[in-house]
Amino acid sequence: MTAPATRARPDSEGEARLRPVPWRRMAGVAWRQHRIALAAVAVLLGALSVLLWVLGSPVHHDWAAAVACHPASSAACQELAATFNGSWNLMSVVSSLLQLVPALIGAFVGAPVLARELETGTFRYAWTQGFGRCRWALAKLVGLAVVLAAAGAAFGLLVSWCFQPYFAAGNQNLGLYGNSQLVGLFSLREVTFPAWTLAAFAVGALAGMLIRRVVPAIAATLAVYTGLAIAAAAFLREHYLAPLVTSNPNVPGTAWIIGQWWTKDGRFAFADNPPGNIVTQFCNFPPPGAGGPGAGQKGGTAAGSFPTLPQCLGPHGYLQWTSYQPATRFWPFQWIEGGWLLALSALLIAATIGLVHRRAA
Amino acid sequence: MNVVEASGLGKRYGRTWALRECTLEIPAGRVTALVGPNGAGKSTLLNLAVGLAAPSAGQVTVLGGRRAGSPAALDGIAFVAQDTPVYKGLSVADMVYVARSLNRRFDRPYAKARLDELGIPLKRRAGKLSGGQQAQLALTLALARRPRLLVLDEPVAMLDPIARHDFMATVLAAAATDGVSVLLSSHVLTELERVASYLILLSRGQVRLAGAVDDLLATHGQASLEELAMAYLRETTLEVPR
Repeated sequence: MTAPATRARPDSEGEARLRPVPWRRMAGVAWRQHRIALAAVAVLLGALSVLLWVLGSPVHHDWAAAVACHPASSAACQELAATFNGSWNLMSVVSSLLQLVPALIGAFVGAPVLARELETGTFRYAWTQGFGRCRWALAKLVGLAVVLAAAGAAFGLLVSWCFQPYFAAGNQNLGLYGNSQLVGLFSLREVTFPAWTLAAFAVGALAGMLIRRVVPAIAATLAVYTGLAIAAAAFLREHYLAPLVTSNPNVPGTAWIIGQWWTKDGRFAFADNPPGNIVTQFCNFPPPGAGGPGAGQKGGTAAGSFPTLPQCLGPHGYLQWTSYQPATRFWPFQWIEGGWLLALSALLIAATIGLVHRRAA
Repeated sequence: MNVVEASGLGKRYGRTWALRECTLEIPAGRVTALVGPNGAGKSTLLNLAVGLAAPSAGQVTVLGGRRAGSPAALDGIAFVAQDTPVYKGLSVADMVYVARSLNRRFDRPYAKARLDELGIPLKRRAGKLSGGQQAQLALTLALARRPRLLVLDEPVAMLDPIARHDFMATVLAAAATDGVSVLLSSHVLTELERVASYLILLSRGQVRLAGAVDDLLATHGQASLEELAMAYLRETTLEVPR
């Protein structure tokens, strides 16, 4: 065994002034370590982009044809409109499947970052290099997070383009809200898609640090992500801004109705729909089952000769109140959701780095 | 200068103390063997010295007073962990790249020359190397950092006799020609015979014996390090009633 020829003795400069290894060096390290995961993300998003393009182009075409058709009431135009509307059958499935994408990207890239090092013991190598383990974790996590967020934003733009005709068909604003099939798309737009991807990544990183094994960490990430996504859609989103309250029965059809209740002479009477005895007392509807308009709260256009509930109950001192999120709040809501997810992700990444710092091998 | 100084050092995992009341000084310029049965606290002591673990009690400094795990300490210490973990998915060339990127100092020509000498192809995936080659790769990357202290945790436990010999030869060459201080743990006593000039005997989380090998042999009247260690380990084992 020959000894190495060059003898660079460690310089004995002031130890306090030791210049740290530059941050940028982690770029190449992270790339080499995670290129397979990043390539998989690129392939997944690339394939889905092609799919969205292939499916989205005819949707745009059908929509343009339906809009350009005159007169709109003609049979030919009705058929074009039906063709466009029918395309939603397939596209709604696509939009459902897309829900999985941020979770999958985040879990499969985020969870292994620390879990694999801990599982295989390579953290003992990585954390004893000159770079320093906290800086190492910070550089890796932030670097990967930025790359994923950028990819997610680009993909979110494509999703928005692909589904634009449905929004344009008067449903854009319903994309926000619970009473539309387009509700699922709210988390797939150019603001929320990268935000959810980021959140899944951050959850994955922390889960990997806590669980220390790749596969269980991925599973835990998917579970937590699912819970978070459901909580956001079912409970959180409607509280992003205080809902507007109106006693005007003609709430815009694009609005997201949060709640409805009735007052009598200025005092709360009942929530949602009036009880049957009051309706039968004051409203001259045909008996139940006879095909009446039922509880047509929205002020029916098809009600014909039948009065709406506000119309027949109004003269008796009953007033219907509606709290709702107006359609104009779509983008504010996008940014609010993006904002809290970004804050949450930053918090989770900080917690992960804190654990890296504290972790006793 | 002492490469490692510990005073009252202790490490507790849950309720068990893996290391207790450890006070020692390991002088620079030597090959120090950390000996003891399994579970004696060898790995714990090394993890504390390289900053992977934080002490539960007392303190440990390295390289003349630097806090273990501080940037200055990390800069001067190269650590090869038990089972010599390498990134199995990376090529040898990528491993060199990673090591070079993560350190202020890295002697790439040395690393390349050494790997060439060992017949380890740069394009081969690290996971495809034999156990001995993986160990040599880890050691080469550690030495290419030009450390002042090289810490090895059970470096040869998993290696066959030839790989063991080659590995220790590399370590010795570095110690002899570069003046690298070496701290290595092992329960394979025969391997240490040729290399160690300073001995620390651990058992049950406590230091039983520490000193220059020659002095210890002279004082305790044993012919070899192995006999000395065995005698002491038997003694300390008997000392504590079960």
